[in-house]
Amino acid sequence: MKTDVTAIPFEQGEWNSTLNVYSFVVKNITPYTGNSSFLSGPSAKTINVWNATKEALAIERANNGCLAVDTETISNITAFRPGYIKKEDEVIVGLQTDVLLKRSLKPFGGIKLVESAARERGLEVSDRIKDIFKYAKNHNEGVFNAYDPEIRAYRSKHVLTGLPDNYARGRIIGDFRRLALYGADALIAFKKADFKQVSGEMTEHKVRLREEINSQIAALKDIVLMAAEYGLNISNAATTAKEAIQWVYFGYLAAVKEQDGAAMSLGNVSSFLDIYLERDLKSGLITEEEAQELVDQFVMKLRLVRHLRPASYDEIFGGDPTWVTESLGGQLNDGRTKVTKTSFRFLQTLYNLGSSPEPNLTILWSEELPEGFKRFCAQVSIDTSSIQYENDDLMRPNRGSDDYGIACCVSYQEIGKAIQHFGARANLPKALLISLNAGREEHEGTVIVKGIPELPEGPLDYDLVLDVFKRTLSDLARVYAKAMYIIHYMHDKYYYERAQMSLIDSDPRVDIAYGAAGISIIADSLAAIKYAKVTPIRNEKGLTVDFKIEGEYPQFGNDDDRPDTIAQEITHFFINELRKHQTYKNSTPTLSLLTITSNVMYGTNTGATPDGRKSGEPFAPGANPMHGRDSSGAIASLNSVAKLRYTDAQDGISNTFSMIPKSLGDTKEEQVTNLVNTIEGYFKHMAHHLNVNVLNRETLMDAYNHPEEYPQLTIRVSGYAVNFVRLSRAHQLEVIARTFHEKM
Amino acid sequence: MLYLPLQDIEASKLNIDDPEHLRIHSLETFGTHDGPGIRMVIFVQGCQFRCLYCQNPDTLDVKAGELIAIDELVQRAVRQKAYFGKFGGVTVSGGEPLLQRSKLSTLFQRLHKEGINTCLDTNGRLNDVHVHELLIHTDLVMLDVKHINEEIHRKLTGLTNKNTLALADYCESIGKRLWLRYVLVPGWTDQEQYIEEWGQRFTNFKTVERVEIIPFHQLGLHKWELLKMDYPLKDTPTPTEESKQKTLAIFNKYFDNVILK
Repeated sequence: MKTDVTAIPFEQGEWNSTLNVYSFVVKNITPYTGNSSFLSGPSAKTINVWNATKEALAIERANNGCLAVDTETISNITAFRPGYIKKEDEVIVGLQTDVLLKRSLKPFGGIKLVESAARERGLEVSDRIKDIFKYAKNHNEGVFNAYDPEIRAYRSKHVLTGLPDNYARGRIIGDFRRLALYGADALIAFKKADFKQVSGEMTEHKVRLREEINSQIAALKDIVLMAAEYGLNISNAATTAKEAIQWVYFGYLAAVKEQDGAAMSLGNVSSFLDIYLERDLKSGLITEEEAQELVDQFVMKLRLVRHLRPASYDEIFGGDPTWVTESLGGQLNDGRTKVTKTSFRFLQTLYNLGSSPEPNLTILWSEELPEGFKRFCAQVSIDTSSIQYENDDLMRPNRGSDDYGIACCVSYQEIGKAIQHFGARANLPKALLISLNAGREEHEGTVIVKGIPELPEGPLDYDLVLDVFKRTLSDLARVYAKAMYIIHYMHDKYYYERAQMSLIDSDPRVDIAYGAAGISIIADSLAAIKYAKVTPIRNEKGLTVDFKIEGEYPQFGNDDDRPDTIAQEITHFFINELRKHQTYKNSTPTLSLLTITSNVMYGTNTGATPDGRKSGEPFAPGANPMHGRDSSGAIASLNSVAKLRYTDAQDGISNTFSMIPKSLGDTKEEQVTNLVNTIEGYFKHMAHHLNVNVLNRETLMDAYNHPEEYPQLTIRVSGYAVNFVRLSRAHQLEVIARTFHEKM
Repeated sequence: MLYLPLQDIEASKLNIDDPEHLRIHSLETFGTHDGPGIRMVIFVQGCQFRCLYCQNPDTLDVKAGELIAIDELVQRAVRQKAYFGKFGGVTVSGGEPLLQRSKLSTLFQRLHKEGINTCLDTNGRLNDVHVHELLIHTDLVMLDVKHINEEIHRKLTGLTNKNTLALADYCESIGKRLWLRYVLVPGWTDQEQYIEEWGQRFTNFKTVERVEIIPFHQLGLHKWELLKMDYPLKDTPTPTEESKQKTLAIFNKYFDNVILK
């Protein structure tokens, strides 16, 4: 450890005596209220490393999206020797494996899935690893040992989908800042002290906790070994900005070496790192260009996280996302802004390295954010379509802490104090069809829910339909809760996240993040039944195959209370049903209205619905109105989604908003102002989340036809961003079909 | 010979009948091209100009369109207010808004009560006491001065430009904020000497904040076909880049803030 004579001391506080990163941030943060004019372009070193990376990325794309797979090694923190891109120019080091973009096996989520993912690429998992899993149990096996026929039925009929029962659950965010602030030795000491505290008469909870803490300590020791292989000693706290970024990255790297969770977020490290960067800038240790170089190279590494995924996974999460979500901005409870120069530096990477889906940069938007930052965000959105926005003024008071990040796509997560268990989602339109078919699934007639009566012939009666639908939702909630209990119990048992958990309080609070897809179809279907005349068309088995709609009905997405309150009411009902059930580790139920790209898959698996949607047609993404039905303009569309209450869907309400550049105004200046006002207006309506795409439909069509010319074209889909050209053809067409607000 | 009659009697009734309802063609909820900021744009029905290049011939007939309660328009604007920011608000365009000037006074007063900015997009067809009353409740006037030469103006629009110029002078005399608009049509409004004259006419106005040059386009063609009307400019090309830049250069001599749309 080099000691730096020029270092300016940090402001002391609680963080010196207890493990308290928040105290360090609050005491030392330098809020920045200026504009983007101070920013630097990429350094020569950065350009060199990025050019080498782009070559590898091109080969990966040409090789069907996967450069190489190591089939001999079970990946963990220390499994691979150091890997470099261009060692002499890398200022931040560390790769998941020894070779850039090479994917590795993480079989504890489910060995079968790993085997099939390898096989799809013409590879075979080594005999040694196969042999190991003859003796070692994995998460997937554990879950299926405990599942019951009800859960299996809901699952196989696509009512409950994307469940993390054969892959890692992800979502858990380590407080990676801790490594930089304290160093591994101090963290181990804190964990040892925690371990001592869990004593006396044993309970199941205590035994589990004791085991967990010890695996966390082992993980911290492994992180030290991993860093040592790169010639760095992270036993002690970081002393410079370069070290702070490197330490934070090592913490994150350890997590993605061990786990292949769907979403593995970074948290809110930028303004923490700014404290170190500011200090080094002040003491003359680095220049602005070097500060940007550190951020650029850190972000570059985050763009290169890879997991081995099977094709079936791509159906749900298209475009190979990893959700390295980093939250920028937001306000402190004391009224100061969390925006720092490093918030700008992170956004600047989208210019210095070109646009990119990862890391998933998320702006925590508050009315109080400095104007210069608001405008820079809007400018970046217009130029890159790579960032998303969440309402800090809504989440902060509702959820309690001002030290939070976004887990996965859109979900609030206090950092270091609490975690969440990922709950995938339930297909609500499918549940509606079950209720209209006397408890039977609409394709084959398999009974899913018992005790749902047959509806009388003729046009559907709203009250009657609402009654059977709610009974179906109650049953769905009951089974959904059971599935989640089993899944998370087994995940802890067989695939515990020791790396992330080593950087989180030892006995954290837990949310269980349930999800629902298709809320706009539910609103429209029930509105059609209520305000028009809807008659089911049934086949010889009596199953609905289509619906005859006579008359007009009000549709979700037009700021019309009639359908909008139905969406509110059903969301409220469903979360309340979920809250009635026992949860693993006494977790608190939350709900998301989110689909990722699975809205296409949901559509494929769902028959015709009473809103006029044909069998197999995609759902709208997230909480969006259905394609083309929000015909009263952009603001009316936004206002409808804003009516969904955050208190009913604390895991997030995703809205993806696409517009053509010209629709925002004539000049760039006007476009920026108008986008700022759009976001501000939406959030003043207490809305939660907004993905912003500023693109021409023609650009997307051209990218569809000539993908090789658009390697970095990025678009926002439900809650995250993807490389457009890495989406399947079906997903690409679905994105193009979405409502583009041209004349808003 | 006008391609559609003037409808003088019907046009004057438009301002009087149904004082609580406005005759509109359509609404836009996210207008970014008709005034500053994000705006709700109300396109009213009815116009007496018969511009050869009219892009919205479906808004001309004073008897078409639909009646909408002024209170409903206010309510809708209130639902959108959060998006307006510091500069946005409501724009009334058309059609020719001044044909319903008294009703618009009611609308604009109610919008002002709700703290919503008001903007009038007009060709200056009228300049009477009711128009003057409306201007009291108008924050910004966007005035379309289609041609500076009376004779060509008549050929181009079917009517005189005297009222338009008088309204411009009136706005200047009361200090009403103005955005002037000019549609650049090849063969009709691209004569350099007249553009110079246009610039000279307004260059000393203290109220002019911005001048917008709107290049002619053919996006209105299908509307003429739909209405089964003979479109006089169906073969007119859009202005060349050279012509646009030349026009911009002339305007820039006379005004500080010229936007080429």
